[in-house]
Amino acid sequence: MKIVYTDVLVIGGGLAGLRLAIAAKRRGHEAIILSLVPPKRSHSKAAQGGMQASLGNVIKGQGDNEDVHFEDTVRGSDWGADQDVVRMFVNTAPKAVRELAAWGVPWSRVRKGDRQVVINNQKVTITERDEAHGLVAQRDFGGTKKWRTCYVSDCTGHAMLQAVGDQAIAASIPVHERTEALALIHDGGRCYGAVVRDLITGELSAYVAKATAIATGGAGRLYRVTTNAVICEGIGHAITLETGAAALGNMEAVQFHPTGIFPAGILVTEGCRGDGGLLKDADGHRFMPDYEPEKKELASRDVVSRRMEEHIAKGKGVKSRWGDHLLLDITLLGEQHIRHNLREVWEICHYFLGVDPVKDPIPVRPAQHYTMGGVRTRPTGESTTLKGLFAAGEAACWDMHGFNRLGGNSVAETVVAGMIVGEFVADFCDDARNDASIPTALVREFVAAEQGKLDAMARGGGTESGDALKAAMQQIMTDKVGIFREGAKLEQAVSELQALIKRSRNIRVGSAGPGPNPELVTAYRTQKMLKLALTIAYGAFVRTESRGAHFRQDHPRRNDAEWLKRTLATWKSQGDDLPTLAYEPIDVTRMELPPGWRGYGAKDYIDHPDTPARAEAVAKLRESLSGSDRFAVQEALMPFRHLLPERYRGRNERIDEPFGTRPKAA
Amino acid sequence: MNDTTTAGSNAHARAEAGRRLTFRILRYNPQERGSAPRMQTYELEEAEGMTLFIALNELREKQDPTLQFDFVCRAGICGSCAMMVNGRPTLACRTLTRDVGPEISLAPLPAFELIGDLSVNTGKWMRGTSERLEAWLHAKQGEVDLTRLEERMDPELAEKLNGLDRCVECGCCVAACGTARMRADFVGAVGLAKIARFRLDPRDARTDDDYYELIGDDNGVFGCMSLLACHDVCPKDLPLQTQIAFLRRKLVGKGWD
Repeated sequence: MKIVYTDVLVIGGGLAGLRLAIAAKRRGHEAIILSLVPPKRSHSKAAQGGMQASLGNVIKGQGDNEDVHFEDTVRGSDWGADQDVVRMFVNTAPKAVRELAAWGVPWSRVRKGDRQVVINNQKVTITERDEAHGLVAQRDFGGTKKWRTCYVSDCTGHAMLQAVGDQAIAASIPVHERTEALALIHDGGRCYGAVVRDLITGELSAYVAKATAIATGGAGRLYRVTTNAVICEGIGHAITLETGAAALGNMEAVQFHPTGIFPAGILVTEGCRGDGGLLKDADGHRFMPDYEPEKKELASRDVVSRRMEEHIAKGKGVKSRWGDHLLLDITLLGEQHIRHNLREVWEICHYFLGVDPVKDPIPVRPAQHYTMGGVRTRPTGESTTLKGLFAAGEAACWDMHGFNRLGGNSVAETVVAGMIVGEFVADFCDDARNDASIPTALVREFVAAEQGKLDAMARGGGTESGDALKAAMQQIMTDKVGIFREGAKLEQAVSELQALIKRSRNIRVGSAGPGPNPELVTAYRTQKMLKLALTIAYGAFVRTESRGAHFRQDHPRRNDAEWLKRTLATWKSQGDDLPTLAYEPIDVTRMELPPGWRGYGAKDYIDHPDTPARAEAVAKLRESLSGSDRFAVQEALMPFRHLLPERYRGRNERIDEPFGTRPKAA
Repeated sequence: MNDTTTAGSNAHARAEAGRRLTFRILRYNPQERGSAPRMQTYELEEAEGMTLFIALNELREKQDPTLQFDFVCRAGICGSCAMMVNGRPTLACRTLTRDVGPEISLAPLPAFELIGDLSVNTGKWMRGTSERLEAWLHAKQGEVDLTRLEERMDPELAEKLNGLDRCVECGCCVAACGTARMRADFVGAVGLAKIARFRLDPRDARTDDDYYELIGDDNGVFGCMSLLACHDVCPKDLPLQTQIAFLRRKLVGKGWD
């Protein structure tokens, strides 16, 4: 039995995993990254439009700061987010952009003087300040009060992944490419690493580590129509669930992006709308202002996606042989802008649709896009229930997105979480009490168990096809656990997925050759994916309210009185045919921003009994501190800096908030 | 009459559904004892808008579960799926069957270690090349104070850098390269483009003397025979021809110093 020992085992080689490993390595701990694919091919690369950080360099971002970013993010989350974590995030995001700039990311920069932009279907001239010239530029995105999204043309994720991937190479961090974690090794509430399959040879080995971090991204491939890459199958979520010890948070919170190209589902960035693109229907009518007079195309993604589906249901979609769709019109932005700032979008339209977006509108329809739920962790990134297991990025629920994530906040989260959680992982490894002591007999047991499962499938005797079960699951999820949800359909989805799980215990793998064996890969992944799909469907069925991206037609109101709480799912025993759900209340009495209307979407909701008192207390505090600077007010409302690693506690300099010679410490 | 109508609409549906495609795919599993490279033929009904991503997945699901290939983003941005399509290296995911059919030959990229069938280990090659060329930004400053305003950069220079930074490491340029076939250690257009990118970046501390050390030989910029197939096949349209020529001109001088 091959056992590889390391300090930190990072599962997943996207932006979060890479950045986390770099942090651990810089603190003197050996890290190994496992990645299904070469890390620069990770799905982080698909982030096109940009990352949010309140630098406030462009004129339309003037006045932006952590407070505004905080409020936008909490409203976006429909108050599902952990406000401490949001504060940690918004304070670190500007530092992340600046670090990436120092690592070589060619951020698009501000050019001083006049420039023409499109705002609300009008060509407008805006003037950038001289003092902003050459600083990192920002563009507009949905659900934000200021232009805050820093970008590299429309290949932001690509540029970030190049730079961070390069730094991981510079730091000599080994990436074991084409490997897959099949199970977490754990005992007595402590995680010790993973059983790992080599996707070239097909062999199993064990990786034993002091700290193990899940950074495997999202689970979009549970759905038939998704913007996600084919590797985003939620296996990191699933192996966590299979421990029976660690919990997944809010798995029913699934985001649908308004503009997947139709029918392939490939993403075209929110930057299209941020830069002035419009959504139109079969009549060429711009319909979003009818539904959302304030934010129009730039309401949050959950709201825009629902409005689009609502409009299609009214018969206003464009008919096609694959079904109805709507149109994204960016022709008004002009060729120069599209060929430079939306170059990736142009390529995607050209190659996959045969459409030239300079001249013609792009067929779009909402598609599954983002998994808000994930491995439930503390603000440090460590699992609340399984010691030594950490998570970061889309795979985690620490929980900064609540029930809806804002565009530009995910690629920002990857690096920010990598920076923060990486420090806490290093702290964990520094502490001698956390040294791993695990008998090789236990390791052997875990490897043997996984080998046994694979052998049983490969020996045959089964009758079910992995591909067929997976396709059935994807159809159920898209049809019944999608944008509009309803009790009866969800109940059906739950029982149908349970039936698929039973059948998945009887998968036949016909090919037994050595090597990766793609049929076997589909088989074992499908078994895991089904558990995750059921966790989503069941969580959605039980949550009888609407919040963010989770919309129940039979319970259309947000219900803070009963549901201002986080879903925690565990899979207690292998033979279970349902996850065990528990709920963790979200404490209104500590909130800096008590629940209210988001500024877009539905206006009616049911208050939590604690909300009026907290709202009053916050208002009073603000009044009593009027005249104090914004930092003092924030500190009085909800102190958070102590939660950050010391190196990231400092304030952020801006053109309008220069440090000068003042001390920069908080 | 009715029969005619039915037949007519069926014919129409067939025309829309497209042609019968014939795939000739190179099959070889080096993990399997006794496996020898061979061409295997498959047939498939073409669908509208069908890409090689859709076609290969359908072949694997319906006809041959052992077929190996790599796709990740399926959107032309990650560089995983480069393969030889009718003898030319390109990204399979964004190749429409209507442009390359009805007879389609598929083979793995040459010059890379074969994993199986159409899957090659570009990742290992790229990491090795990056290590050799130290293809990361060598920052001029030490640790940056992250709380302070970022260093300024000319907006046009930033856009130029982005233009050179768009390489997806797919390996098409290496597969198409005459030199790479003769010299296993040739860094390829991808390696040279990386050097050109860092050379342009004012944040990088290295000088042409440093770059000469890295690529001033026959495995670097002087190995290029200017056949420039790399330029023709690059899926991201990187300006490889001008970049290689420019680097060579700059570094020739260094050789005489």
